Amino acid sequence: MAELLELSVAAAAERISAGEISADEYGAVWREAAAGDDLNAYLWRGEDDPAASDGPLAGIPVAVKDLFCTEGVETTAGSRILEGHRPLYTATSVRRLREAGASVLGKTNMDEFAMGSSNENSAYGPVRNPWDRERVPGGSSGGSAAAVGGGLAPCAIGTDTGGSIRQPASLCGIVGLKPTYGAISRYGMIAFASSLDQCGPLTRDVTDAALLLAALQGRDPCDSTSVGIEGGVEAPSREDLSGLRFAVPAELAHDAIEPGVRQVFEQTLARIEELGGAVAETGLPHAEHGISAYYVIAPAEASANLARYDGVRYGMRAGEAGDLIEMYERTRADGFGDEVKRRIMLGTYALSSGYYEAYYGRAQKVRTKIADDYGAAFAEFDFVVTPTSPSVAFRLGEKTDDPLAMYMNDFFTVPMSLAGIPAISIPAGLAEPEGGGPELPVGFQIAAPAFAEQRLLEAAYALERTIGFDSSPPRSGALYVAQGNKKRTGREGDAGG
Amino acid sequence: MAELEAVIGLEIHVQLSTRTKMFCGCELSFGDEPNVHTCPVCLAHPGVLPVPNEEAIRYALKIAAALGCEVAPRSIFHRKNYFYPDNPKAYQISQYDVPLAGAGRLGNIRIHRAHLEEDAAKMIHLGGSGRIHGSGASLVDFNRGGTPLVEIVTEPDLRGAAEAAAWARLLRTTVRQLGVSDVNMEEGSLRVDANVSVRPAGSEQLGTKTELKNMNSFRFLERGIEAELARQRELIAAGGTVVQETLHYHPEDGTLHPLRSKEEAHDYRYFPEPDLVPLAPTEEMLREARESLPELPEARMRRYREEMGVAEDAAAVLVADPEAAQYFEQVAEAAEGVEPRIVANWVTGELAAALRQDGGEGVADSRVEPRALAALVAMVQAKKISHGSGKQVLATLVAEGGDPEAIVEREGLAQISDSGELESVVAAAIDANPEAADQIRAGNGKAIGAIVGAVMKETKGRADGGEVNRLIKEKLGV
Repeated sequence: MAELLELSVAAAAERISAGEISADEYGAVWREAAAGDDLNAYLWRGEDDPAASDGPLAGIPVAVKDLFCTEGVETTAGSRILEGHRPLYTATSVRRLREAGASVLGKTNMDEFAMGSSNENSAYGPVRNPWDRERVPGGSSGGSAAAVGGGLAPCAIGTDTGGSIRQPASLCGIVGLKPTYGAISRYGMIAFASSLDQCGPLTRDVTDAALLLAALQGRDPCDSTSVGIEGGVEAPSREDLSGLRFAVPAELAHDAIEPGVRQVFEQTLARIEELGGAVAETGLPHAEHGISAYYVIAPAEASANLARYDGVRYGMRAGEAGDLIEMYERTRADGFGDEVKRRIMLGTYALSSGYYEAYYGRAQKVRTKIADDYGAAFAEFDFVVTPTSPSVAFRLGEKTDDPLAMYMNDFFTVPMSLAGIPAISIPAGLAEPEGGGPELPVGFQIAAPAFAEQRLLEAAYALERTIGFDSSPPRSGALYVAQGNKKRTGREGDAGG
Repeated sequence: MAELEAVIGLEIHVQLSTRTKMFCGCELSFGDEPNVHTCPVCLAHPGVLPVPNEEAIRYALKIAAALGCEVAPRSIFHRKNYFYPDNPKAYQISQYDVPLAGAGRLGNIRIHRAHLEEDAAKMIHLGGSGRIHGSGASLVDFNRGGTPLVEIVTEPDLRGAAEAAAWARLLRTTVRQLGVSDVNMEEGSLRVDANVSVRPAGSEQLGTKTELKNMNSFRFLERGIEAELARQRELIAAGGTVVQETLHYHPEDGTLHPLRSKEEAHDYRYFPEPDLVPLAPTEEMLREARESLPELPEARMRRYREEMGVAEDAAAVLVADPEAAQYFEQVAEAAEGVEPRIVANWVTGELAAALRQDGGEGVADSRVEPRALAALVAMVQAKKISHGSGKQVLATLVAEGGDPEAIVEREGLAQISDSGELESVVAAAIDANPEAADQIRAGNGKAIGAIVGAVMKETKGRADGGEVNRLIKEKLGV
């Protein structure tokens, strides 16, 4: 049985399609593994519709971030304000996975409304990093990343607005792909920042990421901004990098990066050259303003997207309110966590009359400049590469009192989101955290031009082969029992499949 | 003090009569049970996205073409943010700095812009004033929420309340003729707000304006503007100044009351709607909008007056009612040898009156076939029946339909053409009215009416009035 857990998604789907193993058997093994969740990775686990025994994802159970609407199954976006909310419909991404033969293994924990880089902003307690339970898994798709990294799911989907797939993938030692904006439908994905949000896979290897992306991508009539990837996506097969040019941002030399992370990054550059790729520096002069622009644009959009949570039609409603305005205020005061409130206030301010040009208008100009920088870089290079995160996984509570330090986790991932281009994080090695301790995974980020996902996956695949990263965290950590987690109650099994 | 000139601009909301809502697949309805035409999208459930309604875009392009507006190659949807229970997203998707349509003109009035947006849900406030403040409870009906709207804004070119109402009627007729809206003010598918200010006559500067809302008929529109102009003029005459505010019209007593400033103090925090791409109409869409335009009221008025010689009032009545106009044209075509001017008078005069008498249905729904009316008018014109008999036949046609010639036959209404027979009736009438005869001889032409009346009574209206007049005068030697 345990050997089934070792199979890649691609291998398992192939065997299920060939009738060598049954979808039921494979699903049961994973349900049992998921039931052993000691990371607070899942908010709900349940019996999904039986998985299909054919299709490219035949029999594959997928962990789904709790930001995706699933009909009849509680979908909270990690927020108290949506506690008990059972959507009337299913997100296009989840529907597509099911159409490819997959089933939903569970709904994963996340930072509230996808706002966070450590998963400590969940209303349902933090998620633990499978490599060290005292550390964060990253965020906001921390539950999905921890589930895959901790052996609680064969694969997962998450969402990435400024790094929310790539950064937790990096911190949990797995592969995380943010596709081009518009590659995958956003319909049914609870909105944080609509011009940036994008669904993507979190998997153990690049081939599995390609397999999930192939099923997820495509134009959706329910999402006017979706276009799909022309020509589709195939399993990558490239074994070398000859003729491919990799750009390293010149500014990287001055950036605050943990020494261990920098070392793994440089080792990976050397591997690229060993595989025949060319590495050179290029200027991306506006990337350093990415965080500033992002933390204006994303909160501005969020302030409008989250205004609908007013207690009137669904979700939580504060009782005992005297009038309408008081009901709005109390519902939102009780229902939203601190980080969400902070961003709503930031965004409301940035859009206010008299400040719009100075903040939102200017941030949009920076966004255009960053996109132009990438356009110029891709005229000479095939890829831009950086570390995914400036550090390995940090300790729970380490940055919760310092929002700016927390925001800097997204320093390397935000620019690609602003430019709308695809980027992948693959595990590149291990490094000792600052302050010592057992070694932890380090992610390597590769970005490509818009809709060049196939090229991106081919390069990532070739590199992954030569890195040979063992994605299994040390098992000893599994003995740690999380305590003091504010676990939700009454969720398991109450959704009736 | 110099005379104060009125300066008025209108903001018109037109609900489009598309099959479905602006951004979701829910059907449009009016008068259905509350909250049955709803879905996760128009109720703003988490995760939903808007998808623009192509039919609404085509309708809006027709309006833009009819108003001679320039269409933006890429217009942008914005989010207009405000908290209110009629607005489940807490933002309305509208257009802001790049609207679908720019400068245009209808009649003498310049159009500033026209844009697409979605309607809010309908709220009913129980008890109190009928507004949210002071009401015991408020109910929301989301059936209307998300209905496509075109907002049309004029330049401040109107100079009086009557002119504003007349122009609004022209706009309604124009839009109705496009077949893109019911344009019914009572039902709210046409909503007209007015921006009203005054200034010394001849001045180029605009005075401080107030915004008038809730005038849900053309009569109320005119009265509301009149009342506000009077108020502003009195205020200024008394040395006061106009304060910019929104005023709510009360139809019960024709008064205007300011909305509470709290309801008004909005910072809408407009920003581009990231869920939608720019709206870029194709060449095909623009061409279709232009080519599908029917003859619009202004052009139709010109044609009726100049080419067909229709009298001004009759032409105005027909132009204001496209169905009546179409009916008129069918009758005019069928009535060979009859001037369109005469046909227009019958349609807007005798027929309209007969229909009113019968219960008030419109010409298009009446039992009077255009061919039948054409035959009737032709008979009257050829003096085969008298005008009076013509009206009698028309009453029968309105009541039961049918063929006018058969009715004339059946009821023996054919005009008395035998002058021998008519002469003896006239002679008898003169004998019976000696006083009138004397007065006529004495030069009082009006007295002839009594004798004509007697002849008509005797012949049951079958005599030709002109011939009767001639015979009376002949016999009396005047």
